[in-house]
Amino acid sequence: MYRYDQYDQDIVNERVAQFRDQVRRRLADELTEEEFRPLRLQNGLYMQRHAPMLRIAIPYGLLASKQVRKLAHIARTYDRGYGHFSTRQNIQFNWVKLEQVPDILEDLASVEMHAIQTSGNCVRNITSDQYAGVAADEFIDPRPYAEILRQWSTFHPEFAYLPRKFKIAINGAADDRAVTAVHDIGLTVVHNEAGDIGFRVMVGGGLGRTPIIGSVIRDFLPWPHVMTYIEAILRVYNQYGRRDNIYRARIKILVRSLGSDVFAQKVEEEWAHLKDGPGTLTKEELLRVSGYFTAPAYETLPAVDAEVENHRQTNKAFANWLKRNVKPHRVPGYNVVVLSLKKPGVPPGDASADQMDAVADMADRFSFGEVRVTHEQNLVLADVRNQDLYDVWQEARADGLATPNIGLLTDIICCPGGDYCALANAKSIPIAQAVTERFDNLDYLHDIGEIDLNMSGCINACGHHHVGNIGILGVDKEGSEWYQVSLGGSQGNETAIGKVIGPSFAADQMPDVIERLIGVYLRERNDEERFIDTVRRLGIEPFRDHVYATPIASKQAAPEK
Amino acid sequence: MPETITRIIKNKAIVDDDWLLLRPESGTAPESVAVPEGKVIVPLKVWQAQKESLQQRKAIGVWLASDERPEELKNELSRFQVIAVDFPRFADGRGYSLAFTLRNHLGYAGELRAIGDVLRDQLFYMQRVGFDAFAPRPDRSIEDALKGLSDFSVKYQASWDEKIPLFRRPPRLGATQSN
Repeated sequence: MYRYDQYDQDIVNERVAQFRDQVRRRLADELTEEEFRPLRLQNGLYMQRHAPMLRIAIPYGLLASKQVRKLAHIARTYDRGYGHFSTRQNIQFNWVKLEQVPDILEDLASVEMHAIQTSGNCVRNITSDQYAGVAADEFIDPRPYAEILRQWSTFHPEFAYLPRKFKIAINGAADDRAVTAVHDIGLTVVHNEAGDIGFRVMVGGGLGRTPIIGSVIRDFLPWPHVMTYIEAILRVYNQYGRRDNIYRARIKILVRSLGSDVFAQKVEEEWAHLKDGPGTLTKEELLRVSGYFTAPAYETLPAVDAEVENHRQTNKAFANWLKRNVKPHRVPGYNVVVLSLKKPGVPPGDASADQMDAVADMADRFSFGEVRVTHEQNLVLADVRNQDLYDVWQEARADGLATPNIGLLTDIICCPGGDYCALANAKSIPIAQAVTERFDNLDYLHDIGEIDLNMSGCINACGHHHVGNIGILGVDKEGSEWYQVSLGGSQGNETAIGKVIGPSFAADQMPDVIERLIGVYLRERNDEERFIDTVRRLGIEPFRDHVYATPIASKQAAPEK
Repeated sequence: MPETITRIIKNKAIVDDDWLLLRPESGTAPESVAVPEGKVIVPLKVWQAQKESLQQRKAIGVWLASDERPEELKNELSRFQVIAVDFPRFADGRGYSLAFTLRNHLGYAGELRAIGDVLRDQLFYMQRVGFDAFAPRPDRSIEDALKGLSDFSVKYQASWDEKIPLFRRPPRLGATQSN
């Protein structure tokens, strides 16, 4: 993975010093809260319900074991012993103290980490495929480009005060695991017919209040132009994006109001000033950065390990885990292992300091010392040998990281919600927990099969509810919490926005609602049909009809229609 | 109302400033704004409305609001000793692209001054995109603001101050050399 050189290290060190002084000036009242706000946000620091929340960048979701240990140390020293992995492959600490944040940043800088631009109206952490470099369906490894763009966007002087936040995702595989279609810029690394490498460029996708699938404004952008072209997009957005209304300020609104053709034309005009200029990426720089993402020293291994097969036959729990949590690897004899952070009774995405240390140890012993964070809020050991699978399973199980539910109903994507977040309209974690408890029978869960249940505590959509096969959105009605349900959303190559099925529900109705939706699926599905396929085939009507057919008991008074 | 002589930061030093910044009350028609004698920085609209008389002056400056386009000055940039860009709120980032466009695309080489809600913690970025003069908000220490110009020694990307991005400058060691 990428390692800092002296320049990278100097920049994060200087950032720590700068922020330490900004915090000092804030505490001395030399800075007003209004003036301090964008400064702290650009270091990932939010003022939340109970305490400040610090969001730390995990560039494209990649961590070295020593970095994971440092996160465990931060959880113990400055927080309450745990952290929350987010849907943007970052980690959040919910109980830090403002005065201690400069020290946390200094600890992070000691392991080549930071919290730069994890919030604020700037270019955020660039996300990518959690299986980059090991996926069998990968065309081109997106990580060198993600790192090059990370450096380009870090402290870009012109784009720190954009109309609104700006998110870039890069994918380089057949299956779009980076959800590029719902990003401000979604890049897909592709080959053209001549075999040259470049990017398909989408702009204006996004979730939130106005979910929109991005528009392709360039089918093939040769790779040397990636930075100048993105600079052109941002310069157009920075000048013409709306600033009068926070809900109309994302680039998706600009692209929609101009039309993607007109927007693309403006970008081309701006780009004409920059094309082939000094911002053009060089082969030397691409090779330098790519040199950090070469394949580790894989052994030549047989594709099948007899002992693992023996365990698979005789141990159903192990077999379930292999089926759900172990993914194919492009190198024979190796596997991608997903460590589930969706254990019943634990908020989705939360990991304790002890779990982080355990993951770091497993990474060192079984996976070349690296860990990945997925946007589904799980952790990944990307390079595990067949012969180590049984040991990894046993250790992960002992650490509460082997729940065999990856891709299943209880692998819920969920924001921190009203328990923590000052923006939230409703709690989300207790709903996730209630659903997880209702569906605690593993055989039943495996029978239901692949399904994405995504939940957000407010319209900001941190839990990506629009693209969940089942989406749950917390809403506020006259001071009480209600939950709106949508169906038919999906991520990946067939990204789609779900449709709302009808009036909202109370929290205590939600497990029944989910059970009824699942009931329709089990009744109507064809042989190997996934939940989403059945929804696409039948539409939402049979699901809606069944959910609202008879009242569901609740202790909460009904909302106004 | 005209603003009085004050101190600004120019070329990384605090200097006295003898320009008068003209901010007419909103609603005043540009052609009827009275422009005092001497060195005055007028709004773009006033410049456009009173060009014939203003261009007779030995010294004249113009300022742009954050929603105005620098291209409107395209063929007359050399007439101005100073062009100022207004930041109505420090979080309004349009002025950064405006400045870069003036410098990089339109080739403006004279004094480029940041005015309005100009604060210490934005100065580093402002100087990078092409501002060489700053009128910090008068309720804040200008000595303190000056420190904001030296927050960072390393810059990854090219802008107006640094024509070549870091990856094209010194050879950066790669994975095989540094580990």
